[in-house]
Parts: sequence; structure tokens; C-alpha cells
Amino acid sequence: MANSENIIELKHISRTFDDGFAAVSDFNLEVKRGEFVTFLGPSGCGKTTTLRMIAGFDMPTEGDILLNGKDISKLPPNERPINTVFQRYALFPHMNIFDNIAFGLRQKKTPKDEIRKKVKKVLELVDLEGFEKRSVSTLSGGQQQRVAIARALVNEPEILLLDEPLGALDLKMRKEMQLELKAMHDELGITFIYVTHDQEEALTMSDKIVVMSEGKIQQIGTPEDIYNEPQNAFVADFIGESNIFNGIMTGKMQARFAGGHFTCVDDVAEGTQITAVVRPEDIEIVAPSEGQIRGKVISVIFKGIHYEITVASGRYEVVIQSTKSAKVGDLVGMKVEPDGIHIMIAEDHTNVFEVDMNKNHRLEFNGKRLHNTSLTQIIPGSRRNENGELVDGHGEVIDPEKIHVTAAIEPQDIRMTDDIDDENVLVEGTISNLIYKGDHYSYVLNTDLGQDFIVDDEYLWNMDDRVGLILPVEKMRFSVKK
Amino acid sequence: MKFSRKTLGIPYIIFLLIFVVAPLIVLFYYAFTNGQGQFTLKNLTGFFTDPNTVGTLVYSLAIALVTTVVCLLIAYPVAYILATSGLKQKGVIIMIFVLPMWINFSLRITALKEILTVIEGNLAFYPFLNSVIGMTYDFLPFMILPIYNTIVKLDGSLTEAARDLGANERSAFFKITLPLSVPGIVSGISMVFLPAMTNYVVLDMLYNSTYIMGSLIGSYFSAYNWHGGSMIALVLLAIICVFTLMTNGLEKEDARTGGALL
Repeated sequence: MANSENIIELKHISRTFDDGFAAVSDFNLEVKRGEFVTFLGPSGCGKTTTLRMIAGFDMPTEGDILLNGKDISKLPPNERPINTVFQRYALFPHMNIFDNIAFGLRQKKTPKDEIRKKVKKVLELVDLEGFEKRSVSTLSGGQQQRVAIARALVNEPEILLLDEPLGALDLKMRKEMQLELKAMHDELGITFIYVTHDQEEALTMSDKIVVMSEGKIQQIGTPEDIYNEPQNAFVADFIGESNIFNGIMTGKMQARFAGGHFTCVDDVAEGTQITAVVRPEDIEIVAPSEGQIRGKVISVIFKGIHYEITVASGRYEVVIQSTKSAKVGDLVGMKVEPDGIHIMIAEDHTNVFEVDMNKNHRLEFNGKRLHNTSLTQIIPGSRRNENGELVDGHGEVIDPEKIHVTAAIEPQDIRMTDDIDDENVLVEGTISNLIYKGDHYSYVLNTDLGQDFIVDDEYLWNMDDRVGLILPVEKMRFSVKK
Repeated sequence: MKFSRKTLGIPYIIFLLIFVVAPLIVLFYYAFTNGQGQFTLKNLTGFFTDPNTVGTLVYSLAIALVTTVVCLLIAYPVAYILATSGLKQKGVIIMIFVLPMWINFSLRITALKEILTVIEGNLAFYPFLNSVIGMTYDFLPFMILPIYNTIVKLDGSLTEAARDLGANERSAFFKITLPLSVPGIVSGISMVFLPAMTNYVVLDMLYNSTYIMGSLIGSYFSAYNWHGGSMIALVLLAIICVFTLMTNGLEKEDARTGGALL
């Protein structure tokens, strides 16, 4: 039964495009009446696709969208009480401002007097009184933005969707519009669903933020939750600046990471692999003997309200924000209070992929032979007969179609190369995500096979770099499914 | 020597003088003089009082008008579907329409003639229809391409915005897509209508013995009546000027208010 407090519910929404690309997968969200909800994520994370499904421009391949408890996922956009403010405004260039704003009302056959009154009122709301007769091309970007908002609001939608509406405005205008939109939301009481890749915008305006990456929800929460208690390394990295380290729990509320021992507030079982997140402003610079870790200052940048100080501690780099400056070359100690450390149980990043057995009973991946593998060791009880064929314990030849071999390899065992023609390259891919983990980078690679690989590498590669992956066979662990 | 941008224009100015200005002067001279080289308006009055020439003008306008309308009716849906559908082989389909332009013109019309002969038996039964078919076949790509270009450049979010604001597919098309594709339609019309008034080769080859403007001028000139022929050419020029001014005006009007011409 739908909760009557919720104006819209997205249930298990997935959208897979014809080429097999999953833009959104298993998206679940409930939005309360009057809430200001923001979808936040890097470009290509599926936030706009989700918005388009709510608007009706795109249909989910799976799942339901419930508006006031009724499924609207099959309704065309014109039959949904939802209006959109488009990224590049999408004002009709052949109509004046009045006709643009009146468009929706005319579709509903609203009487002329009423149209005139409503348009006037909404123009007042967006501070554009007297602009009725102006043409679109004479308006500045900010004014066009206001018209676009007015054109949507005049229809009194139940939900207003905003697709990166401030992206084309300059910084000052953007800040002003952020506050105005927030004020408008408070005044009108309409539910806003807002899409942005700008974390600051999301933190400023929203009641609830949905952080997305690669088509999946990473975290839903209030701006404070998202900032203070990021649920995983992606959220921590995307929202604000963070130091992210891999580590291990060494005792009750005791953790070891970045070459030091720390007391934390999260109670995680001893021996658990963890990811520790420390915000730059939570690190205090102290005398070398007083800190949990120490290191040498390698850069100091003045940022207006604080200094950004980078310290090399062993093989780790730590970024600190402090109102006190430091000198490059100084040996300093770094201290973190227990509540400044956010511990997350490390996700298992082992890459698991299927390998094929060819007709000659040899292992292949992506059409390339995996040399020095022994199928007789991988498949228990099997052996080679006199023809070199693989036979099972009963001496029957094994059908390559009926047996599935999977391989697993750890992120740190994979190497990347920009020499794609290297004969050791098994598969090519594009870097779609990277997170700095203190002493190495963690990359997500979209391979041409459609599978993602997670690769750890100490060197910095760029987003969208095309690389070849070298997967050493001796590091692979094989298992068999029948 | 000083080399300025203006220097670059000199070859074009020379070309213009020899091939545009000089022939125009000659045209005007012949149109308003008689055989003795004296000024006269007889050629002008003669054109509009001779039922033959006026009849030809009307026939030409009729052929051009029907051809343009038929071209538009075929071209718009084709261009619209090509521009808006997510077809992967778009290029191939456009090519199918453009490809005939690569084949020699007379060869194409000859082929068409054979096909029409098979269907109709005797081409002489339907001279007007055949001429329109021939011209449509000849000019269709010139109508499709500008319309396609206009529609393909339209911001897709405009129709989405219309749908979002409550318009169904039909009214989003008539209120947004169609008015915004007017510039393409206008340039398509001007690329079909004007040539269709004068292209008498199509008529000749399809055994339509009725004169249109082009053939009329040709007949005057081959009878050494330079003065009468020049006047007809001048009248045609005047029609073209008026038409161009009119369509330019429409395009500007369109840019300003998007007047839903059609």
C-alpha cells in the first residue's frame, strides 16, 4: 500500500538501452510531498535518465513509478501532472514570453482572462514583470532561466523537475538563483526534484540528496548525513574533499591505516578490511611527537579562508585544511580525533569474470589464449587423453559448452598499459572512475566486453583514458561451475 | 605593393562584370528597343497582350506550382521521418534520394520516359501529369535536403518541452516542429519553384509540346527575335525577384514571430 505522505515512489526502476548499456539499475526512492530532492552524481551516472523517466520522456525497462500511489510509468509526458525545467531552457524561439508561458495553459483550454492573470502572477514571482511581449532572443541567460521556471510553474504541477537548470549561468548568477529557487520552493510548497553534478549546489538547496554513480544509488540522506557519514568511498570522494585510505581493524574501535594507529568511533570487528575517510579539515597539525602519524610538508596553497597543506607520510599523501600555515619541508605531526574518522567496511573489489574453453580444450578470454593454465588442475578429476582432449574421471570427453570456468583477480594484480597492441593485453577499456586512496589510485574500467574491472595502480591516469589491461595468469584463481 | 582583403575581391568583380552585369545590360537594352535600335515599350505590352505568351506564363506557373506542392508533400514527411527517427542507416536512405542526382539528367528522364510509357501506353495522353512527374523526380532532392537540415538541427528538447506542458504528439508537431521548419520549407520551395518554371527539357523529353517560359524564350531566340525574347527573360526575372523578396520577408518574419506559414 502506498504511503500517502509520499507523492512519488520509484520502485526497482531500471533502464537498459538497446545497446545493452544499463543507465539506471534497481533505483528505489520515495519522495515526500513538498520535499526538495536532489539527484547528485558525475555525468553519465544516470541521474538525468531517472529524471526523464519521471517526466515521461523515457520509459523504464523494469519497475514502476507511482504518483500518489498510482502507476504512471506508461503514461505519456502530457498526461502527467509534472513539469520540467530543461537544462538549456528549451524556450520556444518563435513565441514571445507570454506565449511561451501560456503554452501549457492553452493546452488545457484555460479561459483567456485566467491565462492573462496567471501569466502576470508567475512573471511577478520570477521578477520579470512587463516582459510579456519580449522575444526569447532578447533575454539574457538568467532571464531565460526564469522564463523557463515560470513556464513550468504556471501549470501548478505536483512535481517540478529541474535538469541542471543553473549549469549555463555564471557563478554569481548561479549562487543567486540557488537561493531564489530555494525560496520559491519554500513559498510554493511544490515538490522539487533537482538534478546536478555540483555537490555544493546539492548541499545548499536540498532536503534530501540521492548520490548516484554508474546507474546505482550510492547513498540517500540529508546533506548533513551525506557529508558527515558517507557510506562508501565514492560518496566520500565525490562530496567535499577527502583523504581515503585502505586499512584494517586492529582492535575494538582501533584501526590501522596510512601508516598509523587510530582510535575511531565505529565498532567494526577486529581484522576487518576497511576504508577510512578523513576530511581535510578534521586533521590537526601538531608537533611531530604528538600526532598519530608524521610527515614532511610538500605543498602549501592559500585558499582564502584556509590553507591547503599536503604532507607526505611514508608512501601516503595526506591533504589537510588548516587556518594555520606551514612551511614546505617542515616535519609535522598529524592528529585526528576519533569522530573525525569515518570507517567503512571495505568492499570486496576482487574482479570475477568468465573465461571460455575453446574447442581444443584450452582456456581463452576475450578470444585470446591464456597460456600456462592447466585445465586438469582447475577441473577436479579430469585428465588429458591420448588425443590431447580433456576427459572427466569416467574417461568421457568434456563438452566445452557445458562447463563454465570463472577467474578471479585482485585489483592490485592487474596492470594497465597505453600500448594497446602489447601482446599481453587481454582486453581494452576506458577509465570511467578514479579515486585516490592515499598511496594509490583505484580505477573503474569499462571494458569492451561490457564488464567493469577494478584496478589499483600507483600512477595517475586520466578519466576516459583508453588502456589495455594485462591480467597475469599466475595471479588468477580459477573455479568451475557446471 | 599593398595587399588588402579588397584585392582578393578583384577576380570576383571582374567575373561579376563580365558574366552578370554586362549580360543584364544587354538584356535590358534588347528588351526596350526595337529592330532599329529605338526605345520602345512594345515588347512589354506585346507580352501581356499576346494570349500565347500570357497562356505560357500561366501554364508555367501552374506546372511549377503543382510540382512544388507535390515535392513538398513528399519531401516533408520523408525529411521529418529521417530527421527524427533513430534510424541507424539514415545516411543510406538520404543517399537513395540523392543518388539519382549523380546520374546524367537526360539519362534519368529517358529512363523515366520508358517507365511512364509502359504504364500509360502513350505519353501524349497526359502531358501535364507527365511533366509534373518528371519535374518532381528531378527536383525532389532539392526539397528534401533543406527541410531535413532544418529539422535535424531543431533542439529536440523543444518538442519534449511542448509534450511536458501538455501537448499531445500532434499538437507538439503543429505548434513547434512545423513552424520552426518553415525556413527549410521556404528554401526548398525557392529551389524547386523557380527552376520548374523554366526547365523545358523535361517537357521536351516527355513529349509535352506545350511551351513553358524556358521554351518560349528559346523559340524567340531561335527565330532571331532578340527583342521579344529578352523581354520575356526580363519578365521572368521580375517574377523571380518578387518571389525572392517575398520568401526573404517570410523567413525574417519567421525568425521574429515564427509565423505559421503553410
